[in-house]
Amino acid sequence: MQYQRGRWSRVIEFLIEWLIRISGISAILFVFGIFFFVFKEGAGFLVTKWKPIEFFTSVEWYPTSLSNKRYGILAIIAGSASVTLLAMMIAIPFSLGAAVFISEFCAPKLKEVLKVLIEFLAAIPSVVWGFIGLMIMNPLIIKIFNAPIGLNVLNGGIILALMSIPIIVSISEDALKAVPDSYREAAIALGVTKWQMIYRVLIPAAKNGLLAGGLLGVGRSIGETMAVLLATGHAVQIPNGPLDSVRTLTATIAAELGETEQGADHWQVLFIIGIFLFSITFVINLIAYLVVKGIRIQAGDS
Amino acid sequence: MEPKIEISSLRVKYGSKEALKGLSFQIMKNEILGIIGPAQSGKTTLLKVVNRTIEHVPGVELNGMVSIDGVDIFKMRDVHALRRRVGMVAPLPVGLPLSIYENVAFAPRTGGMNNKAKLDVIVERCLTQAALWDEVKDRLHTLGTKLSGGQQQRLTIARALSHNPEILCLDEFSIAIDPVTTMRIEEVLKELRSSMTIILVTNLVQQARRLADRTAFILNGELVELAETNLLFSDQAVDQRTKDYVGGIFG
Repeated sequence: MQYQRGRWSRVIEFLIEWLIRISGISAILFVFGIFFFVFKEGAGFLVTKWKPIEFFTSVEWYPTSLSNKRYGILAIIAGSASVTLLAMMIAIPFSLGAAVFISEFCAPKLKEVLKVLIEFLAAIPSVVWGFIGLMIMNPLIIKIFNAPIGLNVLNGGIILALMSIPIIVSISEDALKAVPDSYREAAIALGVTKWQMIYRVLIPAAKNGLLAGGLLGVGRSIGETMAVLLATGHAVQIPNGPLDSVRTLTATIAAELGETEQGADHWQVLFIIGIFLFSITFVINLIAYLVVKGIRIQAGDS
Repeated sequence: MEPKIEISSLRVKYGSKEALKGLSFQIMKNEILGIIGPAQSGKTTLLKVVNRTIEHVPGVELNGMVSIDGVDIFKMRDVHALRRRVGMVAPLPVGLPLSIYENVAFAPRTGGMNNKAKLDVIVERCLTQAALWDEVKDRLHTLGTKLSGGQQQRLTIARALSHNPEILCLDEFSIAIDPVTTMRIEEVLKELRSSMTIILVTNLVQQARRLADRTAFILNGELVELAETNLLFSDQAVDQRTKDYVGGIFG
């Protein structure tokens, strides 16, 4: 007699299959849903009153002025860009060094400890980072640089660097680990030193992964809100140096959205900033994805 | 003939496992020494000792002496200089993720040579020696990893020749390439013999027979027999195990 599965087992299998399918599809729907919602909130202003040239080139952000409301976000873009740039200048070399150390030099036991600690760094909530910026870094920066205020680009940059290091380290370390051992052995057998092996063979071989790690770090920094809201000083201005206070795109939305009338121009403009941010992080993540997939940027790799 | 490499009571242990159990023999200058033996008999370990990459294996324990031109290699201060005297070709081709040109120029460059004209000469010479030049001369700047397996293996050989080694070690170089390419490389090796000493580890008994001047049979970390290739492959082999192995009775 032929073996037959029970009806229940077939029903359950069918249900599980659809449950998994719905979970997968819903991830896509959520992304589009978020984009749609953000877009819808800003759409009215975007179509009728939005002046893109003023929006992107003016430094005048006076959304609550009674006589003349002005919505120029150049200074805020500069705020986000400066903090992110500083954060990456600190985080990328540091992370790369850490990843090389963990993957190539470290004893196996220490490696486990370091990896756990770095994961732990990633688990600290961003408001705690903001608190560290506010309560520890602020007085420290005032003291060391004799600055009038310690909530500035430097403070935010350091905090953001610390926040993006875990993701960059873990992706870079994965990329280095993925380089076949035969490359290491072949290079060593040619009589090169370990350092020469690392920067001539290992890093070129892992460059896609390393680049992707850096880009995801950038994405993390631009999108971060709470920590920079607390640590950067909240002043809308184009910074002249690392000791100037700034305000970022994310912090602007977080700080002002609760104070505006729903549906008003100001409200809609904040959502347009949201669309802008969403586009930036989307593009960065897309580039990181393509880089990981192996799109060759370097010429000559035909 | 004068000896190039002298090995005496060489023992290598990986943890508790003894890979080489006291080997002693000499390798003559400008000979091709074939080393045959089944898998796990210590052939690769022996090659790793010669260029001291064995030291990168965790938990390895070394005893005995190996000398090149009468100098104990374990007492050499500059291990990188030693490795530049020994070319190494691994069983599976390893094209480094660099262009074909840079693969070959890699060792001279890291050794401090930056003269473009001289590097060009080296690259052409080595690729020609490895019987690869004609196939790649028009695309030297494409990635070496994009070549076919047989071409990559010849690229590996070109790279091993790039620092003008005195000793060339080949570790089962033909397992990943086709017979035609194998024959071409074998021709190359016969020519290279005039300028260097070649250690040819192979588990193709017939390859040792075709190429080697003398052949060593290693079994379970011990040297069973080392003799002129003709002798080893004839009835005159001394040890019964050698006769059985080359006769195809085991292994």
